[in-house]
Amino acid sequence: MRHILAVLVENNPGVLTRVAGLFSRRGYNIDSLTVGRTENPQISRMTIVVEGDDLVLEQVTKQLHKLIDVIKINDITSEEYVDRELVLIKVGADPSVRGEIMQIVDIFRARIVDIGRRTLIIECTGDEGKINAVIESLKPFGIKELVRTGKVAMLRGHKFTSINESREDD
Amino acid sequence: MKMTAAQALINCLKEQDVDVVFGIPGGNILPLYDAMCKSSEIRHILVRHEQGAVHAADGYARVTGKVGVCLATSGPGATNLVTGIANAYMDSIPLVVITGQVPTTMVGTDAFQEVDITGITIPITKHNYLVKEPNKIPLAVKRAFHIASTGRSGPVLLDLPRNVLQTEITYIQPTDLRLLGYKPTLKGHKSQIAMACDLIMKAKRPVIYAGGGVIASNGSDILTQLAEKISAPVACTLMGLGGFPGGHSLSLGMLGLHGTRYANKAIMECDVLIALGVRFDDRVAVDFSSFAPKAKIIHVDIDPAEIGKNVKVNVPIVGDVKMVMEAMLERLEDKKEEEWLARIEEWKAEYPLKYGPSAQLKPQYIIETIREITDGEAIMVTDVGQHQMWAAQYYRPKTPRTFISPGGLGAMGYGLPAAVGAQVGAPGRDVILVTGDGSFQMCMQEFGTAVEQELPVKVVIFNNGSLGMVRQLQEFYCERRYMAVNFNRNPDFVKFAGVYDALGLRVTAPEQLPGALEQALKTKGPVIIDCVINPEENVYPMVLAGRPLDQSIDG
Repeated sequence: MRHILAVLVENNPGVLTRVAGLFSRRGYNIDSLTVGRTENPQISRMTIVVEGDDLVLEQVTKQLHKLIDVIKINDITSEEYVDRELVLIKVGADPSVRGEIMQIVDIFRARIVDIGRRTLIIECTGDEGKINAVIESLKPFGIKELVRTGKVAMLRGHKFTSINESREDD
Repeated sequence: MKMTAAQALINCLKEQDVDVVFGIPGGNILPLYDAMCKSSEIRHILVRHEQGAVHAADGYARVTGKVGVCLATSGPGATNLVTGIANAYMDSIPLVVITGQVPTTMVGTDAFQEVDITGITIPITKHNYLVKEPNKIPLAVKRAFHIASTGRSGPVLLDLPRNVLQTEITYIQPTDLRLLGYKPTLKGHKSQIAMACDLIMKAKRPVIYAGGGVIASNGSDILTQLAEKISAPVACTLMGLGGFPGGHSLSLGMLGLHGTRYANKAIMECDVLIALGVRFDDRVAVDFSSFAPKAKIIHVDIDPAEIGKNVKVNVPIVGDVKMVMEAMLERLEDKKEEEWLARIEEWKAEYPLKYGPSAQLKPQYIIETIREITDGEAIMVTDVGQHQMWAAQYYRPKTPRTFISPGGLGAMGYGLPAAVGAQVGAPGRDVILVTGDGSFQMCMQEFGTAVEQELPVKVVIFNNGSLGMVRQLQEFYCERRYMAVNFNRNPDFVKFAGVYDALGLRVTAPEQLPGALEQALKTKGPVIIDCVINPEENVYPMVLAGRPLDQSIDG
């Protein structure tokens, strides 16, 4: 089963190496890992998508906790959450097919962010299903280049992943 | 107060109650040595190889319970520490390892003697720091000692660039450690402890399985009280030896691959297994799926990640082993399962540790003779291999921190430098290194350190002219196809001692041994006793790979 972990870490040099190294060394499979600063510049937040049964997840979580730089881990898989991914797709686009591509872009509420003589760059945000669907739809035109960010996720409503435990909204 | 960061570091070490460090200087750690030169309060033990420094700091830490400190320069100095750091990490030994680094302006340029030691040691340290800002040195040192010595203890490495050490700073003692993600759980969960106590009170066949955590938490006395209160026999891991008195009527000795048959039988037959500060290592359980099949398992450990890692447990308790045992003692009532204890006694009588009477010098006899002559009061340090298992089986240490052995990593070469560190930590006591000719040759340069520092370590070499444990493995698992296990040209270890003007003795027959040991113990300096033993000798009992624990074989 795939799990989504929201992990707060100290924004220290090497913290990504420590986390990524832990996964490879102990044989856990990462589907994706994203990292960036939070509202507090001293704290970064990782969203890690990891494949494994409950026993593996228990070990992953415990081993992550042993890293001194890891502050908090939240397995949000079974909770209500919003998750998003961003993709940039450079697609072959001769003038004859541009109209068709622009229709697809509209349907997915994606955007064209660059126009070249024979290519377009399309930006799309959404959950994994939507991203996969937009990629599938654009494949026939010839995808020249593709980059996706990996998943970021956040709990819905009044639940938080923060240093202080879950707290009510004011 | 204004001073260089190197001077500040020395001040920090003093604040941490460090009175001795082990190391070798070099270019990039020069400023630290220069600062130490101006301070006479810290004793520096100059070793011969950095591996010796880290093993010595480890031996020192195990004997004293304090944090061991070692120093090395950048590059090769740092990489030479790696085995010793891994060894300490596997056995949860608190160390602060300090390495020099090329100046910050050169970091990342493949400069002379540059190596990414923080990168290299991520998997084998509890934590490490590359300190780039001079004024952060006091905080880094304080954090390092705190992290190394609390929770599940372990090695922490500080990598210090030369220019950082040379910079003048205003020295302020840090007060707040600001470690947001580090709060070890010490007190066990109350209801879990209650559940454990209920299980214990209902148990008909309880057994305690005690490991290094008992010693690390200074809980040995409490363990004895606990075992006596519930009359539970105690099996120790290699790391746990000495955590329960070896001669105690409830002692089962060591369990596992080369454990006593009665300890292993007790594990397989018990209905409640009380696992204290252990990690269900594969050399203990041998086969995880058949380990303690009839038991409900209570597992107490300070490291949550150890619980449920190898073996499923029924009552997990995260906490300091000593504190949890104390909480248990408050709840438990006296109990004694006579029938079970009688069965244990039967097993002890039926399957004792034994070796044939012989005109030959038997390795088991050597250990027993050491125990008799020292009254079991000596600190025994071992290396890795057959001699280590014979020592673990026959020495029966009485008190904690008197059996010093590299358990998890099994690093040959550990023994001699660890004995040096142990003797530094326990100046008045007899320190006896039991080693093999294979292990000894991996770090024998440190004999010079022992002689120079007047550390009267007694080295007993079990000399079978081979890598005995590997030879034994080839006998059992490679149909006696012996490959690369015999040393056809060993040095004369008696002469080797002589090279340093130290006493060397050779023992080839059992009747020579007591006299040689007594002479060695009376000698002020280090001594080597070269004991020539039969290369065919095997360690028994032995559980063959994949077999249940109670099906060990004898010779």
